[in-house]
Amino acid sequence: MRLQKATRCALYAVLELASDPKRQLSANEIAEKYDISTNHLAKVLRSLGREGLVEAVRGAGGGYRFSGNAKRTTLLDVIRLFETVETVSSGEREPGDDTPEGLALTQVIEEVEAIERATFHSITLDTMMKLVGRHRK
Amino acid sequence: MKLSSSDDRAFDIRTVTGEDLPAVAALDERISGIAKPDYWQDVFERYGGRRKGRYFLLAEDANKKLLGYIMGEVRAWEFDSPPCGWIFGINVDSEGRQTGVGTALYQAICDGFRKYGVHTVRTTVSHKNELVMSFFRSQGMMASHYIQLETELES
Ligand SMILES: CC(C)(COP(=O)(O)OP(=O)(O)OC[C@H]1O[C@@H](n2cnc3c(N)ncnc32)[C@H](O)[C@@H]1OP(=O)(O)O)[C@@H](O)C(=O)NCCC(=O)NCCS
Repeated sequence: MRLQKATRCALYAVLELASDPKRQLSANEIAEKYDISTNHLAKVLRSLGREGLVEAVRGAGGGYRFSGNAKRTTLLDVIRLFETVETVSSGEREPGDDTPEGLALTQVIEEVEAIERATFHSITLDTMMKLVGRHRK
Repeated sequence: MKLSSSDDRAFDIRTVTGEDLPAVAALDERISGIAKPDYWQDVFERYGGRRKGRYFLLAEDANKKLLGYIMGEVRAWEFDSPPCGWIFGINVDSEGRQTGVGTALYQAICDGFRKYGVHTVRTTVSHKNELVMSFFRSQGMMASHYIQLETELES
């Protein structure tokens, strides 16, 4: 699966800011590091701000700071803010769905989705930062 | 026998003995809602005491009150897997959670695996049990290339 652009920006921004909650960074600084558009990121940061995950710091040298709970916020919590994590059973009915073949296909897709969801939902930002640390070594 | 302790920690970790068994079984019953006396007797016979490559450890506070336990063993060559550590049960009393007991039990059993010479640790967890899943993830565990399969047996 591929995450949408806004979701990836959001994840980079929260991980960057959560790695040092005392530090404030401008949208520009974050955008540069991850090679993403500042305009796009500014929009994403505003959405994250509305959810209380980051807060804007006013004044000279203002920017953003992490204000969430890294141990309790999962990747799925962030992903859901930017895209619908649609499941095959919650989505639109497709032709053939009610045939035995359609039901069997749904069962297989649901197996994949359950693992995907459980993975995103069990990895907190804190766990993710440890994983990032392992890639730094 | 004390397997590990640290001065700033309010609990100790040691191997389960026969005397601990009722408290361990009661803790499991409180959490799972199912009494399994035969199972616990069997686990103790196979994993209790200090057996090579088998671990049944508990955490207790200064008053010897049971806080949690963990079980595991070294398994080799199942489905061609080289020897690896297997954790097949962990429980921490609801009152003592989020104070590092689970992590200390996990680290103690991993120390045992390491001493035994294995470098991989595995477990199996229901993906519906988000608490346990988050816990093992926080210890750095990722999905392995093994996947569990099951089917209902036709009668
Ligand atoms: C999972 C369990 C063993 C964790 O024990 P614990 O002593 O609370 O664990 P720790 O305090 O060492 O926590 C370690 C990490 O696990 C994660 N974690 C623990 N409790 C959590 C919770 N309620 N929500 C989210 N993450 C949690 C956190 O990442 C935590 O790190 P932190 O302390 O830096 O926040 C305990 O909750 C438990 O026994 N649950 C029931 C077990 C069960 O269902 N057993 C049957 C199947 S085996």
